[in-house]
Amino acid sequence: MDEILTASGLCKTFNLSRKQQRIERTNARQKVAVDNLSFTAYRGEIFGLLGPNGAGKTTTLRMLSTLIRPDGGNAIVDGQSIVNEPEKVRAKIAFLTSELKLEDFFTPNYLFDFFSQLHGVDSAVAAERKAQLFSRFGIDKFAEVKVANLSTGMKQKVSIVISLVHDPDIIIFDEPTNGLDVLTARVVTDFLRELRSKGKTIILSTHIFSLVEQLCDRVGVIIDGRMVACGSLADVCNGLTLEDRFFELYKEVKGNEE
Amino acid sequence: MKSNILTIIKKEFNRVFYDRQLLFTTVILPGLIIYFVYSLMGDAANKMAQSDREENVAVQVENLPQSVAEAFKTLGDNVSVTEGAFTKPEIDALNDKSVNRLLVRFPVQFDSLVNVYEPAQGLLAPNVEIYYNSTNTATQRIYSMVCGALNNYENSISNRFDINRADSKEMRFNQADDEKVSGMILSKILPILILMMLFSGVMPIAQTSIAGEKERGTIATLLITPMRREELALGKILAISGIALLSALSSFIGIVLSMPKLIAANGGGELSFSYSTTDMAILLLVIISSVFIMTAAISLLSTLAKDVRNAGTLALPVMFGILFVCLISMFQNSVSNSLLYDIIPFYNSVTVLTALFQHELHLMNAAVCIAANIAYTLVSVWVLTKMFNNEKVMFSK
Ligand SMILES: Nc1ncnc2c1ncn2[C@@H]1O[C@H](COP(=O)(O)OP(=O)(O)OP(=O)(O)O)[C@@H](O)[C@H]1O
Ligand SMILES: [Mg+2]
Repeated sequence: MDEILTASGLCKTFNLSRKQQRIERTNARQKVAVDNLSFTAYRGEIFGLLGPNGAGKTTTLRMLSTLIRPDGGNAIVDGQSIVNEPEKVRAKIAFLTSELKLEDFFTPNYLFDFFSQLHGVDSAVAAERKAQLFSRFGIDKFAEVKVANLSTGMKQKVSIVISLVHDPDIIIFDEPTNGLDVLTARVVTDFLRELRSKGKTIILSTHIFSLVEQLCDRVGVIIDGRMVACGSLADVCNGLTLEDRFFELYKEVKGNEE
Repeated sequence: MKSNILTIIKKEFNRVFYDRQLLFTTVILPGLIIYFVYSLMGDAANKMAQSDREENVAVQVENLPQSVAEAFKTLGDNVSVTEGAFTKPEIDALNDKSVNRLLVRFPVQFDSLVNVYEPAQGLLAPNVEIYYNSTNTATQRIYSMVCGALNNYENSISNRFDINRADSKEMRFNQADDEKVSGMILSKILPILILMMLFSGVMPIAQTSIAGEKERGTIATLLITPMRREELALGKILAISGIALLSALSSFIGIVLSMPKLIAANGGGELSFSYSTTDMAILLLVIISSVFIMTAAISLLSTLAKDVRNAGTLALPVMFGILFVCLISMFQNSVSNSLLYDIIPFYNSVTVLTALFQHELHLMNAAVCIAANIAYTLVSVWVLTKMFNNEKVMFSK
């Protein structure tokens, strides 16, 4: 199998503000969000990062997509280092997370062209891609409506389409179905399968077991910033359901601490 | 590289131009407000002067002496002068503001009293009493005229020497050129007006464009494109400066259009406005470079800010700084030519503009000022790039 993304020893520590210290009920000035995390994703697969709230999933994906820098470790994305060549990495990936917003004032049509230009996509290619993606997601109907006036589901569809203007090989997707109804969630998961069938690699994060079971080829379980299990779905589950196996792992980790 | 900068600039302009409300508030409104406020001010002042001139005022003179009778006849068409004694109740009646009446009392035998009076004797001089109500602007005006006429008469009878008497039109005493005199007035007001206009254009645009995008999470979407941070920084600063210049242009048009009315209100004197094309070119360059440096300053602060509100607070010191240098320049009598002053941001723009309007600008000063402003802007682009690369700055909540 062809390794397309390798994370090795990723670490990220945040300084906590007083307010955060109160929320997390801790006196520690720092929070280790990701602790020496390593995994590999292969070309053409859907890799899932599974973990509870605060496990460090979003932080990991933000490092992989070069939005923030790791304190330690590195990741090689399709041959480029996220630490040394972040611009080249950004040209190869799509990153989707609720933190990235589209400007309310513009229309999907305008934004698609705008981001195509920033990615240096030839305008003829961009136009063709736009027509295809817009009809695939039914965006044609609201292509000229300002983002401000779109529903959550419509916005999510537009975000997906716009993140793909440069037809990247790697799609990094934080909580793909968060806030979506079953119909829209289904559109999204179907599309991820479609991308996989085209040979794209998808790294997603979630805390929903069923999503991993339906979608992922391989899974990494993150608890407290550490990778506690990683492998094919069958290997990780070890004969149990994913949910039961997760609680087993959780008890092992938390039990050791106390 | 270049195309990414252009893409960013285009987006920022589209943001303003397709948003009717934003277009109105940033580009059209400043000019409209200035035009209407200034025109109204001019009109009001004009009307007041006009209506005062039209009001009928009655002047009653007790013991009108022969010597000044002629002067009282020339007070104006709607001033009716009567002779006759008046009483205390008549004086008290002037307390009513609506009474257009002036009461003048000369001493009996005024002319002979004046003739025999010698200041050296140390006695009190003959006194003329004029009763009026200063809150009634029409009578106030006639009061000034009567005083003027009497002062003239006093000068004419006791004249020992004159100062600057122009016996012919060719005689000039004030050796300043006319254009320098009006330049003096312009140089005090215009630089401050221009800087404030520019700043009020830059401030809201830089704040929405940077702190606003940060607050709404849209700048993060730009940061995950392969575009270089330098391109984003430069594109933003160029775009914001361009839009701010449009806003300043709008204010400028407002001022120019309302100028005639303002001048008419101030006595209709002609303001000679004679600046060469070189002057105008320098003015334009100084304005553009000042907008750049203001944009750079507000952009840096807006990037540090958590949200638009916070950006407004952080920009206050800059605003007070600009106000401060404007005030300093207003109280400075002469403009120093030291090139050192031309590298102090904002202060350099004020002094160069002041010197320019006074027709005393040395090209070297202007060149240093413009170069310094551009250099500061380039340094700011570099710092802004560093900030865009810094996750603590960009993603702090
Ligand atoms: N910018 C930050 N500053 C301080 N602490 C942070 C920051 N970002 C994340 N953290 C902390 O790091 C930990 C991991 O956060 P992260 O968002 O990666 O979790 P997650 O796995 O995505 O959780 P969720 O399922 O709730 O989205 C949390 O404890 C969080 O409070
Ligand atoms: Mg998360």
